[in-house]
Amino acid sequence: MLDFENDLRPIEAELAALRQDTNGNGNHAREADLQAVLDQRLRDLYAQLTPWQKVQVARHRERPYTLDYLQRAFSDYLELHGDRSFADDRAIVGGPAILNGRSVMVLGHQKGRDTRDNLARNFGMPHPEGYRKAERLMLQAERFGMPVVTFVDTPGAAPGLVDEERGQAEAIAASIATMLALRVPTVSAVIGEGGSGGALAIAVADRILMLEHAILTVASPEAAASILWRDAGKAPDAAAGMRITAEDLEKLGLVDRIVSEPLGGAHRDPPGVASTLATAIDETLRELERLSVDELIAQRYAKYRDIGFFLE
Amino acid sequence: MKEIFKRHPRYRTAPESFTELPDDLWVRCDQCRELVYAKEYEDALWVCSKCKYHAQITARQRIDITVDPGSFYERDAGIHSSDPLTFRSGSETYANKLREWQDKTGTREAFLYGIARLDGKEIVLGVAEFKFSGGSLNGATGEKIARAFNLAGERSVPLILFSSGGGARMQEGTISLLQMAKTVAALDRFKESGQPYLSVMTDPCVGGITASYAMLGDVNIAEPGAYIGFAGRRVIEQTTHQKLPQSAARAEFLLEHGMIDLVVARAEMRSVLGRLLEMYAGAGSRAAEKRLVGQGA
Repeated sequence: MLDFENDLRPIEAELAALRQDTNGNGNHAREADLQAVLDQRLRDLYAQLTPWQKVQVARHRERPYTLDYLQRAFSDYLELHGDRSFADDRAIVGGPAILNGRSVMVLGHQKGRDTRDNLARNFGMPHPEGYRKAERLMLQAERFGMPVVTFVDTPGAAPGLVDEERGQAEAIAASIATMLALRVPTVSAVIGEGGSGGALAIAVADRILMLEHAILTVASPEAAASILWRDAGKAPDAAAGMRITAEDLEKLGLVDRIVSEPLGGAHRDPPGVASTLATAIDETLRELERLSVDELIAQRYAKYRDIGFFLE
Repeated sequence: MKEIFKRHPRYRTAPESFTELPDDLWVRCDQCRELVYAKEYEDALWVCSKCKYHAQITARQRIDITVDPGSFYERDAGIHSSDPLTFRSGSETYANKLREWQDKTGTREAFLYGIARLDGKEIVLGVAEFKFSGGSLNGATGEKIARAFNLAGERSVPLILFSSGGGARMQEGTISLLQMAKTVAALDRFKESGQPYLSVMTDPCVGGITASYAMLGDVNIAEPGAYIGFAGRRVIEQTTHQKLPQSAARAEFLLEHGMIDLVVARAEMRSVLGRLLEMYAGAGSRAAEKRLVGQGA
């Protein structure tokens, strides 16, 4: 449970206790009552989360990650490995998959579930070879006419000396350029933390979908606060000022569709959110598949070239 | 004898603080802290004679030392930030900051571009103004960079960008982030012209700038010693909990690791750019013509 959910703790505890104790008839009524109270409280709470609270939800340790969606919402998936040049980066996973009967190429950032997994996956922060693997699979998708579906969920690209040695900036830039030029439909879904250029590298699709409580930021709120005010403690202010929530970004026209989450966030019902998101991706792909390749490319160029926000 | 001493105070001890210095006689190098003659410094294009540090210079200075005299015609000088998020923190507003930067630099944003000539050849030239918000990428500069690519494409002339900056501008949030996609989209279109894009990175150049258009030059060039990378020095040190060697993520480091083509001293830059234009631009237009003929256009 997250800090701001502390008030709900006693109710959830009592519910859990009731469910374990299956004797007695009165319990069912009490259970239903409590569930109703809890649902109402969650509804109220999650209807008005502050941007900083959304950051906590987006980073929730039990929030579904890319592989969870692949497992639940795609009928087949085979993970492919490596950038053919240096290594296989486990912070980005990808490979061919089947979504509602059609072949697609899926790519996504992948965080770890436990410490060991997180070390292997560098906490979902890709190295350059991760972006080069993504680029390789995108180009392969283009060659076989497969739409590209990406899941965006990273604190950011890895900022280490080894990453500079292997050209992190170039790897991200090249991934953006390649994705923007693909001659197949592309859909991205921001499912958790969309952190900075490391997120954007695989997010620049024909349509950007975003889960209700996901965030998309130019820098993590902590880093932004440190850059702006030399005080990472002001992260909640940065989160509020930078407009990082799905609702704000849809209003600004920077994301195309918000996909609603189960009551109390994606982590409370992974199968539910997987099915909702898969439906949204499928609908979006069907819309894009009606366009000719030239229309697709022209629309995509206009979408990004025409981002406004300046005066003259 | 007395007279000579008066006119040549050669052994005068230089004072430590700037305020005691005669206004325009001496300049202190930002890097090695040595004093150099201002006139000498300017003649050396603001490169320290002691440590060879290539100091940050203004966009106007850069234009002056790069293109044929008087040939630069700026475009869209009026484009400026709309403060799209009405960003503020307490009593400090981004709108005020913008005015401050504008007063300090005399430009309305952190990037300017226009048409110019180099060795008589028409080019589109874009230059970052580092002193404006650390050269950061925002809605306005993203638009100007995209227009620079568009203009070079329309006129079918080479594009030279001098990029420098700390990355995306925080005060415009995710809008700044998306400028990475916008500039790269425009860059991709420009490639159809068959003209070269020469990307020159100067100190410092990091974040959303290198992770988008700056690293995607047909030829990537850097000034000696320039810090160029994805993450800034402080971020790397904080993340890895290690002191970074001085040489890390400098121009020569990037050359060694295969990320840039050339490290070019400021005094040589103009001539190297001229030679590249000569070698690439002619070939590029011939290739583009061939493609058009090939398509039956």
